[in-house]
Amino acid sequence: METDWIWGLVGGMLIGTGGAVYLLGNGRIMGASGIIGGLVDGSGWTTAWERIAFLVGVVVMPLILWPLYNVGIDTHMTKDVWVIVTAGLLVGVGTRIANGCTSGHGVCGISRLSLRGIVATVFYILAGGLMLVLFRHVLEVV
Amino acid sequence: MRILLSLLAGSLFGGGLFVSGMTDTTKVQGWLDVFGNWDPTLAFVMGGAIIPMFFAWRLTEGRKPLVGGAFPDLPRPELDHRLITGSVLFGMGWGLAGLCPGPAVASLTYNGVEGLLFMAAMLTGMGVAPVIGRNLDRIATTA
Repeated sequence: METDWIWGLVGGMLIGTGGAVYLLGNGRIMGASGIIGGLVDGSGWTTAWERIAFLVGVVVMPLILWPLYNVGIDTHMTKDVWVIVTAGLLVGVGTRIANGCTSGHGVCGISRLSLRGIVATVFYILAGGLMLVLFRHVLEVV
Repeated sequence: MRILLSLLAGSLFGGGLFVSGMTDTTKVQGWLDVFGNWDPTLAFVMGGAIIPMFFAWRLTEGRKPLVGGAFPDLPRPELDHRLITGSVLFGMGWGLAGLCPGPAVASLTYNGVEGLLFMAAMLTGMGVAPVIGRNLDRIATTA
């Protein structure tokens, strides 16, 4: 759609504002994988409630916006169980080993010109692009 | 207060992911797939998100967080094997499914059984990551 980039920009600014609130308010870096991962492996249990509150906001806000956003959204998620499980495991393991994902390294890291954030972003975009080219255009499975 | 601010930040994050279309896997894969019908939306989302964050980092200088405490200790700008290996593994999964952790949470209520399965696999991956990380460290030190 022609207006997709405008919504992308508006949504991006909302995401960045969320990150600014989390940083300036709570003094924490808004990284989705870190917030979730700390709850999974126990490293963030001392701050469990603010992590849970954050995640509640992430889940609930789309439901509130849904009726206002009459375009309707389809996630176009793959139905292939093996692709889903493999991808989920890779995302879970990778983001925790790299200590960040698209929000932590991408948004929060690049915005302070962090070398680690920039390098991580370059590597996950390259890996994602190569994977997609391989599995979509060469093997034709996704 | 910390809880309320977290809820506000999460709501802005989830709302932003929703309206930007980032919970639609075709938009993410459309950005990654340079040989397909290339979709630049993700670049606008990233750019849009970086603008407020850039100013937020400026505002941290010489200040303390609103609700007390201190700003996080920033990691030293060193590149290590974990950063590279982890990012490559994450990117592979991101490319395959078109989902990263934020949108996976945001779309939890409308991404069907597939979304729940992805979440379960991702949480499992996060659970075993510390063990895999330690093994990677061992390989890195012996190599």
